[in-house]
Amino acid sequence: MLIVAGKGGVGKTTVSAAVARAAAMAGLSTLIVEVEGKSGLAGLFHQPPFDYEEVVLAHGGGPNGSADVRARTLTPDDALMEYLETHGLSRISRRLASAGAMDVVATAAPGIKDILILGKVKQLERGKAADLIVLDAPAAGHAITFLRSARALLDAVHVGPINTQAKDVLEMLTDPERCQVVLVTLPEETPVNELVETAYSLEDEVGIMLGPVVMNGLYHSLEGLDRDPDEAAKEAGAFLHPGEANALRSAAQFRLKRSALQHEQLERLAERLPLPQICLPYVFSADLGPQHVDELAGAFNAGIDDLVEV
Amino acid sequence: MSPADSTAGDLRSIVTNNQIVVCTGSGGVGKTTTAAVLALEAARLGMRACVVTIDPAKRLANAMGLEGLTNTASKVDGAWSGELWALMLDTKSTFDDLVAKHAESEEQARNILSNRFYRNISGALSGTQEYMAMEKLYELHEEGGYDVVVVDTPPTRNALDFLEAPRRLTRFLDHRLYRVLMAPTRGIVKAVNVAAQAFLRTVSKVVGGDVVRDAVTFFQAFDGMEQGFRDRAAEVLDLLSHESTAFVLVTAPRRDVVEEASFFAEKLGEANIPVRALVVNRMHPRFSDASPGAMAERAKTLHGTDLGAMYANLADFLTVASREETHLAGLAERVAPAPVVRVPFLDTDVHDFDGLAAVGRHLFPPLQAA
Repeated sequence: MLIVAGKGGVGKTTVSAAVARAAAMAGLSTLIVEVEGKSGLAGLFHQPPFDYEEVVLAHGGGPNGSADVRARTLTPDDALMEYLETHGLSRISRRLASAGAMDVVATAAPGIKDILILGKVKQLERGKAADLIVLDAPAAGHAITFLRSARALLDAVHVGPINTQAKDVLEMLTDPERCQVVLVTLPEETPVNELVETAYSLEDEVGIMLGPVVMNGLYHSLEGLDRDPDEAAKEAGAFLHPGEANALRSAAQFRLKRSALQHEQLERLAERLPLPQICLPYVFSADLGPQHVDELAGAFNAGIDDLVEV
Repeated sequence: MSPADSTAGDLRSIVTNNQIVVCTGSGGVGKTTTAAVLALEAARLGMRACVVTIDPAKRLANAMGLEGLTNTASKVDGAWSGELWALMLDTKSTFDDLVAKHAESEEQARNILSNRFYRNISGALSGTQEYMAMEKLYELHEEGGYDVVVVDTPPTRNALDFLEAPRRLTRFLDHRLYRVLMAPTRGIVKAVNVAAQAFLRTVSKVVGGDVVRDAVTFFQAFDGMEQGFRDRAAEVLDLLSHESTAFVLVTAPRRDVVEEASFFAEKLGEANIPVRALVVNRMHPRFSDASPGAMAERAKTLHGTDLGAMYANLADFLTVASREETHLAGLAERVAPAPVVRVPFLDTDVHDFDGLAAVGRHLFPPLQAA
């Protein structure tokens, strides 16, 4: 299982999609598990929105023989009902539901909703629901709380099914053979700082194995941008419209400057966090669709190959 | 973008004509920075302003003298004619203060504060942070003597969390379980109590007896304080929907973020709260009026030359700029006639007063710009 985590706005969902597709291209059947609605994941694959029922986002097969990418959303309520029912406690489940007591219980033992979801993920993993499960983790600081819930609950709840569930989940999270976290960030100052903080708290407080860091949204480099547009036009034997030289120059300067800043952040991250990095390119297109997910998946796999060679 | 189509003057009047400004939007779009810039502008205009932030990036917090969680406003010194105060919300101690205020005795306050269930509520009940942000806002507004209080809302998944937050705890207290637990002290028939015991046994089976005992103790300790909490929550809600409170929606031009912002705008609309301005951070500059397609064609024709690369680059950014405007169009329409204020990508992250001033130049262009 791979858990994709990062602050809001860093493109976590896009990266989850790309990672899943990358695995599918390598022949692994993949299931993306979402825990927050409205992520736009289905839209990336040009598919209608989905929820608790599993759907296929990208069919495998074809000339490259890739596997399917499937997806589903998990909610604590669904997970609780399912859990209680499969444990012969359907009377309790009806009672909990009818009294609307979930709020009270969840407050009495914070993290209970998280553990229900992680418990369900664990069940999927154990049941080999797919070769790879990609969990699109909750955004922001909530990712740490989410993953820490197992340990926190073990402190709060000493007996009963929740305690057992928390133990099983913790066992999965801390077993590097079964589970790793892929942290996503942008090549900018604050996201990099926050990623470093998150990385250390996940290692220290959850004891979870960190996989490579994904640096998302790097401008790919273009040769020739440091030229004077008029000279470059002369050299190419081309004619520039009035004002065009300025537009070309400002756009080129903008990219060069931002690229330099991005690479500074890349280096800063490498200095502060000894984890391998995979860079995904910024997508300059009118909208993101399946072909861009494939491009990013290709870049992800190329990044993995580079890491393997080193 | 030409200065003529900027309506940033309206943002200035929002700061000067309102007692409360709430910056709202999803996480990671620059709400904290926007809130700080708005408060700074108020101070520059000679007002006594206070900014309440939830989770500022460390360097910005340091720049504003917010290293530690103090939960009381501290004055930020600088070259402005008014006063700038800042405070970083400490959810738990705000809640503790609220309990102390409403408790009938010191003993009652102590019993509640030391209860494990209470500690969970104050730290983890969803919506508590939102609730406390609004509570703090109310307190500063009522007691701080500020001309304007600017608040940055927590990054919530549900747009209306912060509006519903004050209601949330009172709803919790209206909960059937609570009423059932309190039954013995209120003389409700014994049968109810038997049902309650059965229910608690069931819950204990799932989560363990300690947890249930903590909850029961909490509810018993809380007895008598609900009315105070309810009244206060109602006052906070009144303040938020008062006409001297302005909501500023902050977003970034990415599709998913704009979708979320539209959802916020819709929900605010349902609550009869107008969006008074839309701030869009991190816009890519539009380098020319040419069409991205035409520039891409030029790049193709000139492929292999440096000029070709320059056209390809221009086409890239024109594509992004028009994509961003496409994403924003619907939202701008939804919040109309609220002004849309665009802030371009800045060279560095905002982590000091120079950075805030740079953003300020985009939010508030000079009054007499010729």
